[in-house]
Amino acid sequence: MEGRRAAELAARQSFGKLVAWLTARCGDVAAAEDALGDAFLAALRRWPSEGVPRAPEAWLLVVARRRLIDRARRDRTLEQLLPELDAAAPGLDPETPENAMEIPDERLRLLFLCAHPAIDPGLQAPLMLQTVLGLTASRIAAAFLVAPATMGQRLVRAKAKIRDAGIPFVLPDVEALPARSAAVLQAIYAAYTTGWNGEGGDARNRGLAQEAVLLARLCAALLPEEPEARGLLALLLHCEARHGARRAADGSYVPLLEQEPEQWDAALIAEAEAALTEASQAGRPGRFQLEAAIQSLHAHRAVSGAVDWPALLGLYDALLALAPSAGGRVSRIAVLAELAGQAVALAELDVLAAAEPALREHQPWWALRAHLLQCTGQAGAARQAYRRAIALTDDPAVRAFLRLRADTYAL
Amino acid sequence: MQYAVLIYESEQDFADRPGLMPAYAAYSRALAEAGHMAGGEALQPTHTATTVRLRHGERQVQDGPFPDSKEQLGGFFLIDVPDLDAALTWAARCPAAERCAVEVRPVLAMEAP
Repeated sequence: MEGRRAAELAARQSFGKLVAWLTARCGDVAAAEDALGDAFLAALRRWPSEGVPRAPEAWLLVVARRRLIDRARRDRTLEQLLPELDAAAPGLDPETPENAMEIPDERLRLLFLCAHPAIDPGLQAPLMLQTVLGLTASRIAAAFLVAPATMGQRLVRAKAKIRDAGIPFVLPDVEALPARSAAVLQAIYAAYTTGWNGEGGDARNRGLAQEAVLLARLCAALLPEEPEARGLLALLLHCEARHGARRAADGSYVPLLEQEPEQWDAALIAEAEAALTEASQAGRPGRFQLEAAIQSLHAHRAVSGAVDWPALLGLYDALLALAPSAGGRVSRIAVLAELAGQAVALAELDVLAAAEPALREHQPWWALRAHLLQCTGQAGAARQAYRRAIALTDDPAVRAFLRLRADTYAL
Repeated sequence: MQYAVLIYESEQDFADRPGLMPAYAAYSRALAEAGHMAGGEALQPTHTATTVRLRHGERQVQDGPFPDSKEQLGGFFLIDVPDLDAALTWAARCPAAERCAVEVRPVLAMEAP
């Protein structure tokens, strides 16, 4: 059992790093993943009986490299890779970790590859989740609300394009860097929110959120000239800091304004604040820095005991001017309710939905509406709105929370 | 790696060709001087096109291009560059890029018989 656990642990922690190493040397993400998949299978078969090698990553790379060489011998289109793969051997010693070559982390290049403009934008985050984090197509499909076979097919096609169209495994040059970085950050954010939304009961999705934070850390370190990379890191760290406080001891959902600041992770908040301060020194605000600043104001409640609503409204206005979104507009109205009153906010919600009919399928719109109706004494309409909000989420804790709110009023 | 840079043109672009020739000549020269030119041709306008199909052994001939859309293939360059990023950089410099569109397609490498 020890060997199986070690193999699974190595799979989770090292997948992207090893895929990146292999892709750098064979130029074919799909072939790299296949070879590594074979290596993990071999590990699952052999480690339980033979013991875990002292340098598991090196062991996996040696096996995966051998698979690629076997394949290159059979497949003439890959033949040209043989010298490259042969040269990649020295230093990979599975039994002497202290002497083993440091396996370089080439995941940033892999991220840029996945977020290449020649790849369909809707597939960039799924591609990252698969190649960098090692998620299966069916899990990604579930998170992105697509049929598993469809997602699998799209990923296979994207990887075939990377190989056949000659998309290079390099860091973009200076001129292209800002736009290319924005695409990478957007996809990491999508990966994080997938983990965040899917959190309801699925422990593996926590790993996904944490891996996304890891990628954000990596980007912030490797893209020091890009303030939005630090902005994204600050945003994700603020969200992570509240992870424990979002659920009460009995597992029920606790909304942000009712969370006990003592339960927030002070170290993560401090790290988020430091990242945001560093980002702001560049003097180039962006969407992620503004979203992080909004979370920073909420975090400040731990110190001041209150939320600075006017400042929060100002940040939402700045954010919506830069990056308009339905979710952002609904959140802004929630802030407006604190400043201008619930009746004004309720009227704004209606104006918003008249302009954007799609909001009638937007869960936060209904949840806020239900809350505001309840506060203004419109019991019947509030109950109906709660029902809609409950129907539009599949998070059991949020459903239970909204049901409780609806019932509280009935009493 | 070789890529075809396929040039799509509107009726207006075909009509404007005499005025565009210097731009295309400069583009060809730049490609050649950088050592990336592997070939290419300009095609005559679509009113000269004829589409042929063979159905049940019978030849069907039709006046006009395939498919019949607003933008038509007007010519192509064959370029030899290291990767897609370089191909896209050169495609963006093609005069057609800012008038209509260019499509970049890698050439299928055939093994020697």
